[in-house]
Amino acid sequence: MDLEKILEVTGLSVSFNGKPVLSDISFTVYNEKITVILGGSGSGKTTILKHILGLYPVEPGKISLLGRDIATLDEDEQKRLYLKMGVFYQKGGLLSSLTVGENVALPLEQHTNLPDEIIKEIALQKLSLVNLKDTYHMYPSQLSGGMLKRAALARAIVMDPQMLFCDEPGSGLDPVSLASLDKLITDLKEQLQMSVVMVTHEVSSILRIADRIIFLEDQKVIFEGTISDALASDKESIINFFNKSKGH
Amino acid sequence: METGAIKNNSSQNQHTYKLEGNTLYLYNSLDFARSGYFVNDMLKRLKNYKSPELIINLAGLAEIDSAGVTAIFYLKRKISAKNIEVRITEASDSVYKKLELFGPDKAKTSFKRDKTTFLEFLGTKLHFFFRFYITEFILLTADVFYWSFHDLFSPKSRRKGEVSNQAVLIGVNATLIVVVMMFIIGLVIALQSSAQLRNFGANIFVVDLTVIAMMAQMGPLITAILVAGRSGSAIAAEIATMKVTAELDALKTMGLNPIRFIVVPKMYGCLCTIPFLTILANVAGIAGGMLAAYLFLDIAPEVFINRMGHSIYNKDIMTGVIKSLVYGSIIVLTGSFFGFRVKEGAEGVGKSTTVAVVVSISLIILADSILGLVFYA
Ligand SMILES: Nc1ncnc2c1ncn2[C@@H]1O[C@H](COP(=O)(O)OP(=O)(O)OP(=O)(O)O)[C@@H](O)[C@H]1O
Ligand SMILES: [Mg+2]
Repeated sequence: MDLEKILEVTGLSVSFNGKPVLSDISFTVYNEKITVILGGSGSGKTTILKHILGLYPVEPGKISLLGRDIATLDEDEQKRLYLKMGVFYQKGGLLSSLTVGENVALPLEQHTNLPDEIIKEIALQKLSLVNLKDTYHMYPSQLSGGMLKRAALARAIVMDPQMLFCDEPGSGLDPVSLASLDKLITDLKEQLQMSVVMVTHEVSSILRIADRIIFLEDQKVIFEGTISDALASDKESIINFFNKSKGH
Repeated sequence: METGAIKNNSSQNQHTYKLEGNTLYLYNSLDFARSGYFVNDMLKRLKNYKSPELIINLAGLAEIDSAGVTAIFYLKRKISAKNIEVRITEASDSVYKKLELFGPDKAKTSFKRDKTTFLEFLGTKLHFFFRFYITEFILLTADVFYWSFHDLFSPKSRRKGEVSNQAVLIGVNATLIVVVMMFIIGLVIALQSSAQLRNFGANIFVVDLTVIAMMAQMGPLITAILVAGRSGSAIAAEIATMKVTAELDALKTMGLNPIRFIVVPKMYGCLCTIPFLTILANVAGIAGGMLAAYLFLDIAPEVFINRMGHSIYNKDIMTGVIKSLVYGSIIVLTGSFFGFRVKEGAEGVGKSTTVAVVVSISLIILADSILGLVFYA
């Protein structure tokens, strides 16, 4: 059993312009699991992710990634930490001025001194993992929504990260594409031995891939635990969440 | 006693409300079409209302919508403010539901703004201006220059070809417009002064005039304004779009510094090309002057060029170059500043683009006058 903690959030509170969004939330993410952060629209899921990624200052509260308090890292240490994380943004986040191939190759180009040919080869490998081998020379604007998501996924995993963060990877996909994206993520997780932290609303997706669940409501974490515990939970909002989506 | 009527286009003047003693009766319906008139009229009539109590009786009211509900509660608030107790009574079930739905409990937020005096207002604005604009602009400037110097010696930090790419976009592609504009400006300046100079028989001085005007002032200034219009906006739009589409976040979490990755190559590209662009502009402006001198003052090009030797000073050429470097930095910095400051949303992108151009042109003119004082006073 390897319940090694890789991410620990303690007492995080966030408010924007005096309006509280998260108050005093704490949770833990374990190694090689897929952890899903759940909650209604505007409940602060993206906000949590951005704090974990160090895009906003953590105040008050503490976030430890791989055993390090992220507030105490200097620029270099933070950069090294970033190299162990892959991020998949809600809005895609591919640079529109570069081709898909260049986008995927970018982290390698910037952080390694591998020769260009090897970089290209690695980028192609990752693109073929997500079935996008032929898009190397295309620009992001030329891809469909589902392809864009897969391309963003390819870039997120190009450095073989230890952790993968996904913000609503499935939003806007049809059920078939969604299922294949989920399969892709679980496969990649197995192949690259990653831990995955994922924000999503898609119940079908959650039932398919989640190991653990963190449920946000009214600025708080109201449930944290395994998916089977969640399904057995007697909390009204959790029951509602799973039932509502099952029924329709 | 008094009866309100709706003045609408329909022929029948429906009575929809009636003030009797301390009771206001509402009839039929109160909706988007009628509420405005109702509120304005009632406020006028209740101005001198003296009784300690007002009852709004909804018994006759069959239909109401959100505008009607809001109007009633608005009236209630206004009248309560005069220490008159207002009660709303006898609403039917359907009307009551609407009152519940759109009533003030739903929208708890108070729309009342704190009254601030003018000085207070000015103070907060100024504080905000200094706190956010000036300091952040200075911080950005420091950051950009730091990395620009730092990365001169570590070419690995940029993408291959990015600097030349930017040099083409910002500098080379602006050549045609700059040259054409400056030629016309040179021509017009020489033309307009030729009439005056002819009066004094000082025709030949048109050479000095054009050369000095172009080299020291017009060349750098017009070039910078044109580049600001072309590229200042493009820089702001590019960075703002990247921010809105999370590309900047993505860069950061890939361990890349957006300033080094995006702004520094633009800075290099701009600073490498804008002095040459300025020199080209000078040449074009002088050529325009030469043409005007030939056409209107009968000064042959050979004579013009001969005379030019006496009026060109190294100092003018150098100040032109220095000015152009300053303006180039201003263009890139303001473009980036407003790009990074953008608020979420596509509308924000357009706004920051416009502001970037306006501010960079203003700053260029400001810098022009300061540099003019420094070099020539
Ligand atoms: N930069 C910001 N400035 C001000 N308010 C913000 C900012 N970012 C987020 N918020 C507010 O914080 C709240 C949570 O936003 P967040 O994006 O985290 O929601 P979410 O749970 O990801 O929602 P969704 O499922 O719709 O993506 C929202 O009310 C939002 O308005
Ligand atoms: Mg979100």
